[in-house]
Amino acid sequence: MITWIKEGELVDPRSETKKKLDIVIKKGKIESIIPPGKYNPSHDTDIKTIDVSGMIITPGLIDMHVHFREPGEEYKETIATGSHAAAAGGFTAVACMPNTRPINDSRSVTEFIVERARKANIVRVYPVAAISIGSRSEILTEFGDLKQAGAVAISDDGRPVTNSELMRRAIEYAWFFHLPVISHCQDLDLSNKGVMHEGTVSTKLGLSGIPAASEEIMVVREILLAKLTGYPVHIAHVSTEGSVEFIRQAKEQGIPVTAETAPHYFSLDHTAVIGFNTNAKMYPPLREPRDVEAIKRGLSDGVIDVIATDHAPHSELEKDIEFDKAAFGIIGLETALPLTLALVREGVMDLTSAIAKLSYNPASILSIKGGTLEEGKEADLTIIDPDNEYVMNKESFQSKSRNSPFIGRKMKGKAMLTMVGGRIVWDADQHNSER
Amino acid sequence: MDQLSVSDINLILDTADSLMEISSRDIKKVPTLRGKSIVNFFYEPSTRTKASFEMAAKRLSADTLSLSATDSSMVKGETLIDTARNLQAMNPDLIILRHSSSGAPHLLARYVDSGVINAGDGIHEHPTQALLDLFTMKKKKGRIKGLRVVIIGDIAHSRVARSNIIGLRKMGAEVTISGPPTMIPVDVESLGVKVILDPVKAVKNKDVIMLLRIQLERQGKVLFPSLREYAIFFGLNTQLIKGAKKDVIIMHPGPINRGVEITGDLADGPFSVILDQVSNGVAIRMALLYLLIGGGKGDNLD
Repeated sequence: MITWIKEGELVDPRSETKKKLDIVIKKGKIESIIPPGKYNPSHDTDIKTIDVSGMIITPGLIDMHVHFREPGEEYKETIATGSHAAAAGGFTAVACMPNTRPINDSRSVTEFIVERARKANIVRVYPVAAISIGSRSEILTEFGDLKQAGAVAISDDGRPVTNSELMRRAIEYAWFFHLPVISHCQDLDLSNKGVMHEGTVSTKLGLSGIPAASEEIMVVREILLAKLTGYPVHIAHVSTEGSVEFIRQAKEQGIPVTAETAPHYFSLDHTAVIGFNTNAKMYPPLREPRDVEAIKRGLSDGVIDVIATDHAPHSELEKDIEFDKAAFGIIGLETALPLTLALVREGVMDLTSAIAKLSYNPASILSIKGGTLEEGKEADLTIIDPDNEYVMNKESFQSKSRNSPFIGRKMKGKAMLTMVGGRIVWDADQHNSER
Repeated sequence: MDQLSVSDINLILDTADSLMEISSRDIKKVPTLRGKSIVNFFYEPSTRTKASFEMAAKRLSADTLSLSATDSSMVKGETLIDTARNLQAMNPDLIILRHSSSGAPHLLARYVDSGVINAGDGIHEHPTQALLDLFTMKKKKGRIKGLRVVIIGDIAHSRVARSNIIGLRKMGAEVTISGPPTMIPVDVESLGVKVILDPVKAVKNKDVIMLLRIQLERQGKVLFPSLREYAIFFGLNTQLIKGAKKDVIIMHPGPINRGVEITGDLADGPFSVILDQVSNGVAIRMALLYLLIGGGKGDNLD
């Protein structure tokens, strides 16, 4: 069967294409990309035609930072439910962090995740393995074995490597296997028992603060280790002005560092916590308006390469409790696209670079397929209606969890169709008619 | 205190003033709240505040039930919300909550129909303490507006300081805070206070010196090396107090550490109004109970 997607505007960051083009898909691959009206199928072929006039066709979005909670906390999210949430948000591939139970520090856990993802058969799920056994900052995991089992990167996300020498060796050793090293930057001693950003709001609410320096100290350490070793480091979820500036300087000096931020860091500030809203509690915490502006600048001028969600599902058990006891983290897969498109409308970046940060750039950093629309490549793509307006409500999430500070927010822009290897894994119209 | 307006505060203080007299009668009881039930839910240890609320409720003839963390199901792993729902099922008129987590009363109030009084939440607020402090200042000084108040101690981890700062600023007093830099919260000027770290300078020309209880270990953080050194550099003593106004009053929410934040002779001396604060506390809490449930079902107070 052939799928003919016609009348859409194709946006491909790699080739810097942004014009009306039709896509013809055959056997899961992109057969041809051609100007509208040029496709001339023979009469006997079985054709499914999808008219997407007024919509945008992009490479399938890639989220390099999610938490799918399987194995261990399936009541929050499974690989299957997380994959549905990803597809509904326009994502065709995700990289899932190792802080499951048990921690993904061995071939058996990595293989389990790969197998679960294969069975769910929705989006591409790439495991990120731990840097150290049990993420305890003591002994390195077997990077080569983990890579062979399917890991695409290593990170001790959430339990950052405290031992700088171990981190240095991890960066060096990972290079041999071309495994990117992702660092969740947090000085655990300086964060101490902090539960939100340290500033006027924490002072007013009487909540222990996490200073911006807690993140920045580790950002600087990773930059210096990248400089020392000459090998790359990727900085996860950048949230402060200082981090953006340190990364900017590092890049100017040619130090091999890349960085991501999450949509909440350019959409919300620490005032979202007022009223003790646990859905505004995450690590790193929501910062100040000046930090939000700096993140936007970083996105605008390319200091920040990637937008990743840090999708962190938690149930009411972890969220509907006292603020200081509540878990850190929010879900993000189903709100990332409209929040990013809001930045495009605001003029922070153009559509092509926004899509690059959601597809081509993470694919390049992780060396995974996708991130571009090219003839002969797998047909992983997302069809976006940029004008679709709706209110995000609690019931509309595909994720098993509902911990989002964006519930009730007016959104504009929606993934209408998500396709992985030529197969439709999300169809918003069909989903609506079924409800 | 954040939610109270100036007229709310004045009403509470005036009501407390008119109820003061009940506590000096032979029969210290009026039937105002007969048939009302109040739950004193103290998830964190407290002597003064708990006793004060109980006394206030009893003087107004309300029925009270006291729960502490150790005899509640919270030690059995029940969540605050589940405990709240169970209490709700017994239909109390008012729940008074003391809790170690900032914001806990706000969480509780979302799940119960009865009114909730915040009797101290984490390091956030302690509004009834601030009200009784305002009441004490007003009685001793005749006014609050224009008073020059200094608060010395661990401001960062004090709900008493936070509520007093908010209340005093609303009522037009000048507030200075003082103490070692480790105890001064970031951006505290945003609350409308002046920071003078050195107590020697901070007490100059003040009408009121308010001290806070010092604990060597707080929130798992060590903010200063020893009680001994704290007493030397930040403790209130007869030398230090000389810079203040001649008719200065010394306040402390208790329990006091004699010889640490204040010397024993000053705590018992003529400037001290520490025990007046305790007496006034009962009146303030009577006023709150009366205003909140004297009419119908309770409102919330934070």
